[in-house]
Amino acid sequence: MAANFGDIRLRHYKVGPGIKFIWIVGALGMAVAAWRWIVGLGPTTNLSDLRGWGIWISFDMMAGIGLAAGAFTIAAVVYVFNLKQFYPIVRSTILTGFIGYILAALTLLADLGFPLRIWHLIIYYNIHSPLFEIGWCVMLYLTVLALEFSPTLFEALHWKVPLRTVHAIQVPLIFAGIILSTLHQSTLGTMLTILPYKIHPLWYSSLLPVYFFISAIAAGLGMVVFESYHSARTYGYRFELNLLSRLTKAIPWVLGLYLVLKIGDLIVSKEYMYLLKVDLASFLYFIEIIGGIAIPMLMFANPKIRNSRKGIIWAAFFAMVGLIMNRINSALVFFNGALYVPAWSEIAVSIGLTCLGIIMFDAAVRFLPMFPEPKEATVKQL
Amino acid sequence: MSINRRDFLKTAGAGLGGLALTEVPIPQVKNLINQAAAETQASMLYDATKCVGCKACQVACKERSNLPPTTDLEGIWEAPTDLNADTWTLIKLYDGEEGTSFVKANCMHCIEPACTSVCPVAALEKTDAGPVVYHAERCIGCRYCMAACPFSIPKAQWYSNLPKIQKCDFCADRLANGEQPACADACPTGAIGFGTRKDMLAVAKGRIEDTERYVDYVYGEKEVGGTDVLYITGVNPLLLGLPELNERPLPEVDWPYLNAVPWVVGIVGAFLTGTYFYTHRNDDGKEVHDGG
Repeated sequence: MAANFGDIRLRHYKVGPGIKFIWIVGALGMAVAAWRWIVGLGPTTNLSDLRGWGIWISFDMMAGIGLAAGAFTIAAVVYVFNLKQFYPIVRSTILTGFIGYILAALTLLADLGFPLRIWHLIIYYNIHSPLFEIGWCVMLYLTVLALEFSPTLFEALHWKVPLRTVHAIQVPLIFAGIILSTLHQSTLGTMLTILPYKIHPLWYSSLLPVYFFISAIAAGLGMVVFESYHSARTYGYRFELNLLSRLTKAIPWVLGLYLVLKIGDLIVSKEYMYLLKVDLASFLYFIEIIGGIAIPMLMFANPKIRNSRKGIIWAAFFAMVGLIMNRINSALVFFNGALYVPAWSEIAVSIGLTCLGIIMFDAAVRFLPMFPEPKEATVKQL
Repeated sequence: MSINRRDFLKTAGAGLGGLALTEVPIPQVKNLINQAAAETQASMLYDATKCVGCKACQVACKERSNLPPTTDLEGIWEAPTDLNADTWTLIKLYDGEEGTSFVKANCMHCIEPACTSVCPVAALEKTDAGPVVYHAERCIGCRYCMAACPFSIPKAQWYSNLPKIQKCDFCADRLANGEQPACADACPTGAIGFGTRKDMLAVAKGRIEDTERYVDYVYGEKEVGGTDVLYITGVNPLLLGLPELNERPLPEVDWPYLNAVPWVVGIVGAFLTGTYFYTHRNDDGKEVHDGG
């Protein structure tokens, strides 16, 4: 009997210059990562004794996991809050989240001094370490995401028994995913709470775990909009503007809560004093608060902007940039230590990993029943 | 009967439906030991006024741990300006407004170290005897210890592709054999005292009382909950590169959040279950399935 791959076959979506470019950049980035593996962190990065964490931790790891929060948020909206109308975006959102966490794991393999010992987290325990908790949550959540994504694969293969099995445990699985996400999204903030002497007071707060959790929900939803828009454009189907506009109605509440907490915190802790100084910290803080919180909040609150293609994309973009800025400011720019400019190789690996994420998404769309079949007009014989 | 703040919080917490986050019944970790136990830990007292800057301690440290010299590109030895993976202790000189003073940099061996508490694989360990030691075979190289240490002591072997974390280990092996640390042993002027923490504190306070030349402050007595390495100096210790820190042990800062994990699981789980049954109360029994 010939191997039966069922519905796993190459779908003839157009291969544009964009994805070709991403393949090349992704391959170059992975080559640099391989070089880092061969020669070590010292020669390939600008990290030093007084700057142990660079862009791989602040951008790829902290911001990357934050942006992947859409998966658990949408899972909660559809399966717990039972808002079935949002079902059409579940599949691609789960995939985006799954890829986001794979990238975070790959980032660790680049950043850890002993990447081959990453499994030590399983055999050596230190329940006092925030990183221990994050490691465990991410490992478990990756498993949950794989299972949440697996129906797409089983369905394509026409494997009835595994499909029924996953469906049977779907609700507990979704619950586990939400609990694990709540834990590790906030614990990324907890990770920084033990550094009161290292982080600038404008970014250090005892509410960091709460901030990290709330901002991840808003930016994760922004990422859902961003991904939907680019998928629709790339694979030639309809952009679900209506649906996303209804979904993102919630963002102003989330960002509003975040903003109120942040401002209240500034006043209570008297740290607004630092804003009265004219320096880089107060400047970037204002940019982050206004550009990354207030502007996307107002944009999503405005039905006219939210219901326009351009408006919702820009609003989502601002929300995402807000989170990225926050993580980089907290864990890198305003983190006490030696002067640091990322080495070209660090940037190359960062960009390469991002490209790898897009390549994985693209491959899933091409080989699995992710979206409606490509329309005749967009089909191009390879 | 007086009621202290902690008891008040406990009672208040119980009143709030048992939500006192500090009272979650999971085991306390080892490094949250009580201060009394620290009295008998090994301790070093560096007396800056007795130090002549001969660097015999640096040499002894390198010899004992087989550390290579830090050389420049042409292979010439140069005194490093800061601690690094191969320099676990270093004598520096302060020469400024308040006069001059030598100062010795090395791991402070905190009573409640931040490094041991953040290490996800427990590669750093605070031993009962006092030294904070490193188990290289466990280390995954995340460098959280470097970020968390308020004294920025742990250093990485950046030159290696198996970059171990390196720092002073208080000569834990020598201590186990009843010997002094190599640096204290080598010091010709008695600037590095060695004994139990209780004794070293008494010596430090005695010297400050007896002579005029000291600043009336034992650095390390209270900083981040106390350290096993203590300093008495002739100039303000904050001018000698010792950071200004408050008395709260760092592991106690993030512990309440981690301690709250079981509560978060319970509360989020209950919320999800409640919401699920509420939103599905009129369900036709048909689930939306991913893929179905």
